[in-house]
Amino acid sequence: MATRTDPKKDVVIIGLGWTGSIMGMELANEGLQVLALERGPDRDTVPDFAYPGIVDELRYGIRCELMQQTRNWTLTMRHDTKKQALPYRVLGSFLPGDGVGGAGVHWNGHNWRPLEAEWRLRSYIEETFGKEAIPEGMTIQDWGVTAAEMEPYLDRFEYVAGISGKAGNIQGKIMPGGNPFEAPRSREYPMPPLANTYDASLFADAARAMGYHPFPRPAANASRAYTNEYGMQLGPCNYCGFCERFGCMNYSKSSPQTCILGALKRKPNFSYRANAEVLRIEKASDGKTATGVTWIDTQTKQEVFQPADLVLVCAYALNNVHMLMLSQIGEQYDPLTETGTLGRNYSYQMSGGTTLYFSDKQFNPFIGTGSVGMTIDDFAISQIDVKKEGFIGGSYITGGHTGGRPIGQMPLPPGTPRWGKGWKEAVGKWYGHSMSIGSHGSNMSYRDCYLDLDPTYKDQYGRPLMRMTFDWKDNDIKMTLFMKARVEAIAKSMNPEKMASGFKGEGAHYDIRPYQSTHNVGGAIMGHDPKTSAVNRYLQSWHCHNVFVIGASAFPQNLQYNPTGAVGGLAYWAAAAIRRDYLKNPRPLV
Amino acid sequence: MDSQQPPVRRGFLKASMAGAAVATLPATAIARKPAPVEPLDKYQPVYLKAPEWAFIMAACARLIPSEGNGPGAIEARVPVFIDRQLAGDYGKASNWYMAGPHDPAGDPRTGFQSPLPPAEIYRQGIVAFQAWCQSTHGKAFEALDAATQDAALTSLEKGEVKLPAELRDFFSMLSQNTREGYFADPIHGGNYRMLAWSYIGFPGARGAYTEWVSQHNRPYPLGPVSISGERG
Repeated sequence: MATRTDPKKDVVIIGLGWTGSIMGMELANEGLQVLALERGPDRDTVPDFAYPGIVDELRYGIRCELMQQTRNWTLTMRHDTKKQALPYRVLGSFLPGDGVGGAGVHWNGHNWRPLEAEWRLRSYIEETFGKEAIPEGMTIQDWGVTAAEMEPYLDRFEYVAGISGKAGNIQGKIMPGGNPFEAPRSREYPMPPLANTYDASLFADAARAMGYHPFPRPAANASRAYTNEYGMQLGPCNYCGFCERFGCMNYSKSSPQTCILGALKRKPNFSYRANAEVLRIEKASDGKTATGVTWIDTQTKQEVFQPADLVLVCAYALNNVHMLMLSQIGEQYDPLTETGTLGRNYSYQMSGGTTLYFSDKQFNPFIGTGSVGMTIDDFAISQIDVKKEGFIGGSYITGGHTGGRPIGQMPLPPGTPRWGKGWKEAVGKWYGHSMSIGSHGSNMSYRDCYLDLDPTYKDQYGRPLMRMTFDWKDNDIKMTLFMKARVEAIAKSMNPEKMASGFKGEGAHYDIRPYQSTHNVGGAIMGHDPKTSAVNRYLQSWHCHNVFVIGASAFPQNLQYNPTGAVGGLAYWAAAAIRRDYLKNPRPLV
Repeated sequence: MDSQQPPVRRGFLKASMAGAAVATLPATAIARKPAPVEPLDKYQPVYLKAPEWAFIMAACARLIPSEGNGPGAIEARVPVFIDRQLAGDYGKASNWYMAGPHDPAGDPRTGFQSPLPPAEIYRQGIVAFQAWCQSTHGKAFEALDAATQDAALTSLEKGEVKLPAELRDFFSMLSQNTREGYFADPIHGGNYRMLAWSYIGFPGARGAYTEWVSQHNRPYPLGPVSISGERG
């Protein structure tokens, strides 16, 4: 039980990463008293990401010191409902953020907008290929918003974050050098693209020669000095090669710290606490609204009740879902009866890649940044003939290295011994002489891929861990094998001495050990219908109208893209609805 | 082996040439001398007991041998790195979810499931593997010739050495930690004098390449620097 009750706030925010910072700024600008609670430590560029301490591959790249430590939070995983789930004890497949800034500190900075078709995926597939094109057991949905509705909010996020890129479609006009398949945007990116690394240039030349449409990957790594609407400043990226998994020493990577928090912390009506872990959202006796949150000081272990009129759930996607489950907000999804919506439609990311080896080329892979690269979107979801190819989905394909850190970024040709004399010779011969072409693709949602509470394993406070039931499905494996053929064709055209591919094959099962992607989405999905979604199109809980759940937990299935651009846009979209409609008359907005 | 005198091989020559380039920089950028360290045979392990240390020395010497181009794990002082890692948070699994129940024989695709932290997996794994070496080859691992050591490590890697399920990650940890110690910043005890970075051509903690990103397909001329300010 809480041993202290603090004075009421207008707004309490759970988690101070990208969405918590955006919502904090937008609602503080409304004059409201806002408190953000972050369970991890406080972090800022100085001292936490300062040179030279930050360029330590072992601490940050391998031991993942900026990430959520499983001691404090984890989940259990099983491949299907007949199996016993086991805890994710050592970080591998995905790396949720921890502390102020969250995963916005240690992301690569790939900042994408969804395709027009992705926002209304079920309708797009049914209209274009017929209802029968969607296989039994696939539970894809429309998001309840359209690309045109979201455009101003995606644009706002890109201009706050300071994205470097090249537009491909401005108000319907196709722009040379950009992505011709993207949804129309209102204007150019805030900054021009990053400089290309050698591998990115070679990939773009090869792709162009095959008739594809290469463009610079949109990057939350500043190509120039930049000042955003909050007066926050970015400095130009210096391609240090310590980007993803690291905090930026150089004020160049867009993050809550570099783009929002410095300005937000100066507002007298905004405050935040680090090391403050919310245990649950408290509900009114009628269950229709929240009264606030109970949190625990992770240092002193004191429990505090924080009353608030509005509760914004802004943690990592998985943690948003877990918080709703622990607070009993919404009805747990059951895959057998297909009732309930909370935990429904968990999905992930399907990716693959081919590495090319050239002993006569110097790639200097240590010169790189998280988002550098040239990309083609010629195999986007909207470019795939579902009837002909037999799958729903798509991928973007990129060449461009993010760093050459020798423990974690040491590709070696097939057949190289894993240790001994042969291994040592190979690292000397091949370091700096390889490049990769990667595909980054969609993952559909399915009836039996979902989240619920684990019946066995508990966290340090005695709360049940969340349980993930997930495996790869034929549709998505077909998709990635299609991409494998395209990637390998481009790779062969570049005449490498050796090449090797890593794509999921038929019958592949999810393996939680190797890093794959920190794009865990769904579980508290948005939509038009309370029978099939946990939050409405404004990310407002269908069950408690003063609880909004902001993040990739709202995605009904995964995009073919990295999620942050859509997450930032959704945060501004929800903030606008709260400011415009909710505050003057708190109620269900739909 | 005297780690103060790394054998002169290609990697070391590369490092010396990089040092020549550094010498043309202004006086403010002159290399700091590396702090003196005790020879490896005088090192006092923090975690590993003497027989364990002897095994780690011998195993590292085969996982990344001294023969051929580039430093071996011994020249790079990888055993020091491993000892320090096992004594710290990693060895104790301080940051991992270690609550039970444990199913160490569970589907490997669900990840690490041992009830034992890495330091204990090493401790028990070394005992089990040494017993196998005794029964199979009649000697402790470190007393075997190099070819037999390689064959024994291969048996361990392939699972031919029967270990209890809670030790199933022993070899993968040992080989991964050896690579880590070879390539991590010297601040962690291995990669002595950045020998492994010089060997492969990684500039270490330089972290600033604005003027180089557009110079394609040209060798980068500068040798490595470390977090503590050493220059290779």
